[in-house]
Amino acid sequence: MTLNAAITGVGMSDIGRKTNRPAILHLAEAVKRALDCAGLTKDDIDGISTYPGKADNSPGMSPLGTGEVRNALGLKTRWHSAVPDGPSQMAPIQVAAMAVATGQARHVLCFRALTESSSQTATRRASIPGAGRARLGGWYSYLVPANAMSASNWAGWMAQRYFHEFGMTREHLGLVATGQRAFAQKNPSAVMRTPLTMDEYLGARMISSPLGLFDCDVPIDGACVVIVSAADAAKDCAKAPLTIEAMGAALGSQETWDQRTDLTTMGAHDSAADMWKRTDLKPADVDMLALYDGFSIFVPYWLEALGFCGHGEAKDFIAEGNIGPGGRFPVNTGGGQLSGGRLHGFGLLHEACMQLWGQADGRQVADAKVAACGMGGGFIAGSMLLRRD
Amino acid sequence: MRPLPELTPENTAFWTGGAQGELIIAFCGDCDHAIHPPQLVCPKCWSEAVEFKTVPGTGTVYTYTVNHQPWMPDMPVPFALAVVDLDGAPGVRVTAEVVNTDPETVRIGQAVRVTFANVDDVWFPQWEPAQ
Repeated sequence: MTLNAAITGVGMSDIGRKTNRPAILHLAEAVKRALDCAGLTKDDIDGISTYPGKADNSPGMSPLGTGEVRNALGLKTRWHSAVPDGPSQMAPIQVAAMAVATGQARHVLCFRALTESSSQTATRRASIPGAGRARLGGWYSYLVPANAMSASNWAGWMAQRYFHEFGMTREHLGLVATGQRAFAQKNPSAVMRTPLTMDEYLGARMISSPLGLFDCDVPIDGACVVIVSAADAAKDCAKAPLTIEAMGAALGSQETWDQRTDLTTMGAHDSAADMWKRTDLKPADVDMLALYDGFSIFVPYWLEALGFCGHGEAKDFIAEGNIGPGGRFPVNTGGGQLSGGRLHGFGLLHEACMQLWGQADGRQVADAKVAACGMGGGFIAGSMLLRRD
Repeated sequence: MRPLPELTPENTAFWTGGAQGELIIAFCGDCDHAIHPPQLVCPKCWSEAVEFKTVPGTGTVYTYTVNHQPWMPDMPVPFALAVVDLDGAPGVRVTAEVVNTDPETVRIGQAVRVTFANVDDVWFPQWEPAQ
């Protein structure tokens, strides 16, 4: 089974903290690099896709919409989409894949740009939903007024329940954080590259128990671009197309963080199960994983959702050394968002593509051909298998 | 100052029942399905006969977290946030701050009861230990 869609290029700006560089300049840099990667010019781009679209009331969270990017970069797109509600941070890639598969575009520029780090002040955080609004609506109106303002609180609930049921400890999550930091040390573009020991992890201040500072991803300024192309158009590109083998985007529960019947699972489980129905590939065929790590606890959830281990078994799977440097199923080899910076999944996809193209210098997984990607936490989720033939 | 919810036809009973000391949950008048967050149509059978009923206001902690990070200026920390399985409303959880106790003593399985905090026209449910 193969979708008529492939990734043909990726590009990332020089990301950093408090860069005070406007988002459009980060994005322009990422676009140039993605076009160079794909061997395309800006005139080849006829579609544009982003998540979540421009968000004026949330500083730095999503400063660029499709229209202003089209104007600023002089693109001549015929198809565009921005997806605030949808199957996670992967939604713009999945929607783009459908656009090229249905002939509505040939090469779609999918982007994510953030200036969360520069925009964060003493009184405003981009990550607090509804920041700046007088009254709240929607699902988070049942959480934020209770002072459950941050996704770290919501993820904390999941982690606490999971710890309770399956005996996971902070040391297990510490292996995720320190393992990804060890990868980040081999990635010049990661923002956190100093060594992180288990003692430092355990000694760091608590954010929302049982999640501490190093369980949370790092707000940054930067941009990342993924170019999705129709399979026939992809043949003209500079690199071997990375075929989208299968996608999944199911949501089997209410669209809230606290009402899912079993909070030791999340939307990832619905999404991943849906994806595996449409491929002959199995977890054993996978060479590396790109798993959303807004919080460390999402990694074991994704491992279980994707079937790399059974429900409740991720702590042992992690402790056995499967996911860190040298492991059989390396996860987030660029350092992930915990050490690389929060690009809302795009950075993880960038790394997966570099691995499949054999260009992950210093941290290359030998002969990586298949990547499993899972984006999102809580109720939102999107899954994708990428394949280099 | 915490953000307030916008009061709507479906959620006003939930956010204002505390004025009478009552925790009010939406139920389907036809199939008795408990609906939370509240809706004006039953998600199970699509009946519009949604009713707002007072529940006992007790429950069991399904999970919790102790928040240590001040997300807003002058936010007092730490505090516990509990996701509580509600008595009398199968499948419904109400998430709220835990008060009148040391946050570090909150546990999964703990029995709690509701109390309310009033800000403007909203009465926030809060949890406190039942014993």
